[in-house]
Amino acid sequence: MSDLDRLSLHVPEPAVRPGGQPDFSNVKIAKAGSVPRPEVDVASEEIRDLAYSIIRVLNRDGEAVGPWAGLLSDDELLAGLRHMMTLRTFDARMVMAQRQGKTSFYMQHLGEEAVSCAFRRALVKGDMNFPTYRQAGLLIADGYPMVEMMNQIFSNESDPLRGRQLPIMYSSKEHGFFTISGNLATQYVQAVGWAMASAIKRDTKIAAAWIGDGSTAESDFHSALVFASTYKAPVILNIVNNQWAISTFQGIARGGSGTFAARGLGFGIPALRVDGNDYLAVYAVAKWAAERARRNLGPTLIEYVTYRVGAHSTSDDPSAYRPKTESEAWPLGDPVLRLKKHLILRGAWSEERHAQAEAEILDEVIQAQKQAEGHGTLHAGGKPSVRDIFEGVYAEMPPHIRRQRQKAGY
Amino acid sequence: MARMTMIEAVRSAMDVSMERDDNVVVFGEDVGYFGGVFRCTQGLQAKYGKTRCFDAPISESGIVGTAIGMAAYGLKPCVEIQFADYMYPAYDQITQEAARIRYRSNGDFTCPIVLRMPTGGGIFGGQTHSQSPEALFTHVCGLKVVVPSNPYDAKGLLIASIEDPDPVMFLEPKRLYNGPFDGHHDRPVIPWSKHDLGEVPEGHYTIPIGKAEVRRQGSAVTVVAYGTMVHVALAAAEETGIDAEVIDLRSLLPLDLDTIVKSVEKTGRCVVVHEATLTSGFGGEVAALVQEHCFYHLEAPVVRVAGWDTPYPHAQEWDYFPGPARLGRALVEVMEA
Repeated sequence: MSDLDRLSLHVPEPAVRPGGQPDFSNVKIAKAGSVPRPEVDVASEEIRDLAYSIIRVLNRDGEAVGPWAGLLSDDELLAGLRHMMTLRTFDARMVMAQRQGKTSFYMQHLGEEAVSCAFRRALVKGDMNFPTYRQAGLLIADGYPMVEMMNQIFSNESDPLRGRQLPIMYSSKEHGFFTISGNLATQYVQAVGWAMASAIKRDTKIAAAWIGDGSTAESDFHSALVFASTYKAPVILNIVNNQWAISTFQGIARGGSGTFAARGLGFGIPALRVDGNDYLAVYAVAKWAAERARRNLGPTLIEYVTYRVGAHSTSDDPSAYRPKTESEAWPLGDPVLRLKKHLILRGAWSEERHAQAEAEILDEVIQAQKQAEGHGTLHAGGKPSVRDIFEGVYAEMPPHIRRQRQKAGY
Repeated sequence: MARMTMIEAVRSAMDVSMERDDNVVVFGEDVGYFGGVFRCTQGLQAKYGKTRCFDAPISESGIVGTAIGMAAYGLKPCVEIQFADYMYPAYDQITQEAARIRYRSNGDFTCPIVLRMPTGGGIFGGQTHSQSPEALFTHVCGLKVVVPSNPYDAKGLLIASIEDPDPVMFLEPKRLYNGPFDGHHDRPVIPWSKHDLGEVPEGHYTIPIGKAEVRRQGSAVTVVAYGTMVHVALAAAEETGIDAEVIDLRSLLPLDLDTIVKSVEKTGRCVVVHEATLTSGFGGEVAALVQEHCFYHLEAPVVRVAGWDTPYPHAQEWDYFPGPARLGRALVEVMEA
């Protein structure tokens, strides 16, 4: 024993801290078009490499290349671009509204717009997402009214959730968007249950689970993978790896595993890793996973490699834990600019049309905001009723809650 | 009518519900082919098929989490947590998810699930097979909490729970599965077949959640009890000769306050008894409500009889369990106060 050193604890650290030079040389980026596209009935052990690579379609020149390309028409891509631009503009206005005191809190998607916007296109009406707080693109891309989102954010008299929920914790069954909880990872295993129910009822609908890199450390993530694997549930298990869980870099949750996608392999779940800033790649991979689910082939795990350009929330200041210029060094670029470049190259878009679209979108968002503010904001104008505190805890109000409501004067 | 144990009554409730509604599914650890460690689901897989009644991985958060997802889809899952002591990994799913989905989504999504779980001691189960965690559920707004004390109620309440639009925690006192146990562990077991409440209709019926039942009329003191303690209270009343009125709560949340108040106004005295630990137990809630609503009728302080504030021991089980002797002493004390 004498030849052994005493033990020491390993605590992982990110490559760079504030004041340092941003460095992503450790992020291995596969060449666009280089990762093969397997048949959807492939066994997970035959595609282990895909959990360690990055599926990419758009190359540096803006061309769509390789076996995952060629799935979307000009019109579909133009719609996708518009969804991402709308989400970005919506976010910018709502961050400003939070600074103006019109709401208590906001979470933006800057840099991650492609993930939820492109994914939504792979689902059909009736499918169900179990989202986290950074997938509002699922709503925007499905045509959920921005005014409704803002009514919720402002907790005003028209708030569909009657002031009960934190801003951005939307719920829309009609748009396949399960009520957001605010605590983490619980929705992941619920999505698996929803998918199991669809299979129990011999339905055709599928579910999509969403989680961030940090929350994959929660036990509910692992429960979800066990249940999905055991019952071959028709579910797409999405992990959005945006590198940062508030101030904690992704290495703390990932540990010794090479990638988050690799977590699926031990469960026998086909696992893909994809460029999350590439609208075409996100769509292609989501479509592949959706087809597997719909053909009763079971779950697919997808890791979207992206970067959280903004703060975690309006309560966060990332300059305290990462270099300010880190987002500029992120090697996978900006999802909006990359799709814009591709569409221009295709001859379907131009700088002029882009500038015009930006102005139109800003106008749409401002109009929606005016309408929503007409129903009130957090501290001004129309509010939900105090009565709403007591309603809806149960289908039928029990006597003890009725007594408390009366005590409150309602 | 048929003679049923509480196990058979619970099974019959699931059978009747599965027969009537294709959306009722049953799953949990060992509940499929084998029929559950207490045999409550025996025969259900053979009758309704593997996709309506099946085994789950040993993952309570997974069992409850998937049940919540199924309920969001439109099913009515009735799942088994093998012992109430095993529910803690699912507590996040129960308290922050199941209990609040209706509220936080303003009814856009709901969570009609039932979690059945054997509770309480008396079987030498030690600290991890004897707990009574009901107060951890009654503290959570959005849940309903039911504890039956006999086969007739167990079946009617379980059917009502499965048909309820909100999540129900259904705690089955495991020491009552085979007979009306009154705490006299050294006497021969009395089977349910010799008890009136072992007479159970074979078809569909419900007992409303939120309604207590007076098991013994009395004028001297009100004993508020539920589950196993109902039978202990009846024994204590007989053995002390004190004319106690014994209330079987059946539902803790919502609580039938009217029945308690009416009784205490009549008797002027109140003892609350439960097997769970004393501090911050459900007895504290009942005592507070009684003093709020019946203060000017009280002739003595409200007394709580409960499990000690220690883990449930193994070898000293009968010194821990609040049996008729301990409850009897409390009745004498409250009469002399």
